[in-house]
Amino acid sequence: MKASPYLVLALALTACFTLATGIEPRAHGGTWSNRVKSDNVFSLLFGDGRRLFANQFFTMADVYFHSGYYPSIFDLRDEGTKAIVTATQGQAENEEEERKADFLGKPTDWVDRFGRNFRITEHTHLEHTQEREILPWLRLAADMDPQKIETYTVGSFFLRTHLNRPREAEAFLREGLRNNPNSYEILFELGRLYDENDHDTDRARNVWELALYKWAKDPEAVKDNKRAFGGITDHLAQLEREAGNWQQAIKWFQAAQKVSPDPNALQQRINEIKKKMAAQPSPANDQPP
Amino acid sequence: MNTIWALAGIVIKELYRRKDFYVLFVLTALITIVAGMVNFFNDPKIVRYVKDICMLLIWISALLIAIVTTARQIPAERESRTIFPLLAKPVTRGQFILGKFFGCWLATGIALLVFYVFFAIITGSREQYWPWLTYLQAIWLQWAMLAVVVALSLLASIITAAPSSTTTICFIAVAGILLVGGHLNTVALHQPQPLQTIFYTIYFLIPHLEWFDIRDRVVYDWGLVGWLDCVLATLYAAAFSGLFLLLTWLGFRRKSLNT
Repeated sequence: MKASPYLVLALALTACFTLATGIEPRAHGGTWSNRVKSDNVFSLLFGDGRRLFANQFFTMADVYFHSGYYPSIFDLRDEGTKAIVTATQGQAENEEEERKADFLGKPTDWVDRFGRNFRITEHTHLEHTQEREILPWLRLAADMDPQKIETYTVGSFFLRTHLNRPREAEAFLREGLRNNPNSYEILFELGRLYDENDHDTDRARNVWELALYKWAKDPEAVKDNKRAFGGITDHLAQLEREAGNWQQAIKWFQAAQKVSPDPNALQQRINEIKKKMAAQPSPANDQPP
Repeated sequence: MNTIWALAGIVIKELYRRKDFYVLFVLTALITIVAGMVNFFNDPKIVRYVKDICMLLIWISALLIAIVTTARQIPAERESRTIFPLLAKPVTRGQFILGKFFGCWLATGIALLVFYVFFAIITGSREQYWPWLTYLQAIWLQWAMLAVVVALSLLASIITAAPSSTTTICFIAVAGILLVGGHLNTVALHQPQPLQTIFYTIYFLIPHLEWFDIRDRVVYDWGLVGWLDCVLATLYAAAFSGLFLLLTWLGFRRKSLNT
């Protein structure tokens, strides 16, 4: 008996449809892979392999920040902290040192010397709102690796301080917080946004206190990242000082002193507050004047 | 000279009859437009990533067009046996090589011009800024670099057996030079002897195609390269193209044309 090809095709289609109805609920039920459940196109395409690209995209943001003046893998330079990261930490001295650094060195031969006429050989950083050009790479880095916390803090810093877009910065940080609910770094940056951009002291205080709580809950951070503790307590102290809550300010400055590389400077601030407190006639020194 | 231009004209006609250029152009345009439509933090002024992507695609497309078009010229003429009536015209083998070279180079130049016009329209419409002289330098230097690539492909096409192998070899060689060529001196410094000498020898022997890549200057708005440097780079490209063409002619004039 010879079967009609149309009948065979119909049988194959029926078999496919039947199998699909059985397989589909299993695939989406989470027993197979999380990839199919993802709402992120990169996660869908690359799975966990996308994290490999995240670092590259973050580096691209730094390349753009330097307008293309960047060492290649052949320049054999130790990879230090990226300039976009040091900028967020307010390390002006490091930035200046970095500006002076010249990874190219002197030309080794005529090929090298002549070739430099076509390359970018001057160390500059983006400025005057041109910093916006690094944002696509940070967005991609965040999509590729939502657990890379630096991406959110750096992106938010440039959005709110250089581009005057605090709402976009907040949305980016909130997204980071959703992906990393225990990140004290993101909470710290969020607090800075509330304090420096929105001048919302209460929200900033709450967020920083939460950041401190999260930091204390993270054994690795307690062991290795005392600088974060110093940053949070220092900002809390300054916030309380500005609000006139001097006892609280002294408490936070004293906490910051424990990890500060320059405790004497903090002691001076404590002394200044104490002088102001002594000069006040009211017994409730803790209250705003 | 008329013979050379007649031969070159045939190659140029071949470019617009074949689909390679159209496919690459549509792909480049599509990817660039889609990339340009992505919204990053509600900021419509972000443009450099679009320029970067578009320039990269232009470079890849131009290399593909140059290498693939050149690699099939001589093998196709031999395979279809049209080379026999052609050389009997009379056309000397030197004229044949030169005609093919100029045809491929001019065809690549026309393609490059179309790509750059698209690039200028897309980026200019976004940032309202048209640095025409920078674009002119970029296109000229890239075209000069492609002269070396076309001559190299022509040389490879008379050595290797098939256009596919010519294409592969040339792509690896050109990509290798563009990516690593300029760093061989740095790598050599950290190698023991005799590797150091070998690396340095290669470094001085290869054509430094990476000089002609001024994409960064275009993308990051770094302005013009010195005009004298452009002239010197052009002479450098002409010297290497001439060398490869001479080697091609030397190889081709004794080559049996029977397949």
